[in-house]
Amino acid sequence: MLLIHCPYCEEERPEAEFRHAGEAHIARPQNIAEISDEEFERYFFIRSNPKGLVFERWRHIHGCARFFNAARDTVSDRFLKTYKAGEPKPALDGEG
Amino acid sequence: MAETARRTFALEGRSYDGDGISLAPAGPASRISLRAPAESLAALSEALGLDLPVRPKASARKNARAALWLGPDEWLVIDEGGADLMAICARVAALHSAVDISHRNLAILVSGRRVEDVLNAACPQDLSVARFPVGAASRTVFGKAEIVLWRIGEDAFHVECWRSFADYVFGLLDAAGREAVR
Ligand SMILES: [Zn+2]
Repeated sequence: MLLIHCPYCEEERPEAEFRHAGEAHIARPQNIAEISDEEFERYFFIRSNPKGLVFERWRHIHGCARFFNAARDTVSDRFLKTYKAGEPKPALDGEG
Repeated sequence: MAETARRTFALEGRSYDGDGISLAPAGPASRISLRAPAESLAALSEALGLDLPVRPKASARKNARAALWLGPDEWLVIDEGGADLMAICARVAALHSAVDISHRNLAILVSGRRVEDVLNAACPQDLSVARFPVGAASRTVFGKAEIVLWRIGEDAFHVECWRSFADYVFGLLDAAGREAVR
């Protein structure tokens, strides 16, 4: 089982307490009622899904219940860094 | 036809005493789920008569009442004397949310020399005294159920779970308690 560092609990906790919650740092358009269907599709459905470094939302659902962000490598399955929601995307290189 | 309904406790008659482990349902208690921002903590702490803890995994206890840190703005407050916690919080003007969960949760007291092994049968947290000291509290999982663990002694834990999961949690603790002794 993986150990994931929760930035709110300030310690590593077992994977079973967490839920994945999709890609992080997706900005909701300010003018969402005015954008085209194609623009809405890109915002709402299309995800980058790269091999290697990804930025994801996670939730410590069976712990402090907070959403936070994580940088994870999809090749090694290693969590490179976790950080509080609202904090900027860290500059990191993938491992894979 | 029965004139009155009798309330049946979910774990009525259940207990287990084995080698190095004992399981017993805790008595009834009043409980609230308390959510509040940092600015409200002083007023709420004063009304409740204990300092709401602000460190992760911390708890505070005074007489029959305890407050367990569950998240950065969330506490589980338990009063084993049955005090009206909702009325106490209702007198506080500072912003907060208090929800009565006295009958949503119940507690199982798990104690004995093998307490860490028995809980670790279905809870993946590090429960060594170094990482989970006496007084520490945490929401976590026990098998498929969500629980709140609160260490009340070196060899004793107070395990809170939802009433509807009580049979499952007790059964799994019971099975773990009957496993071969290391
Ligand atoms: Zn957490």
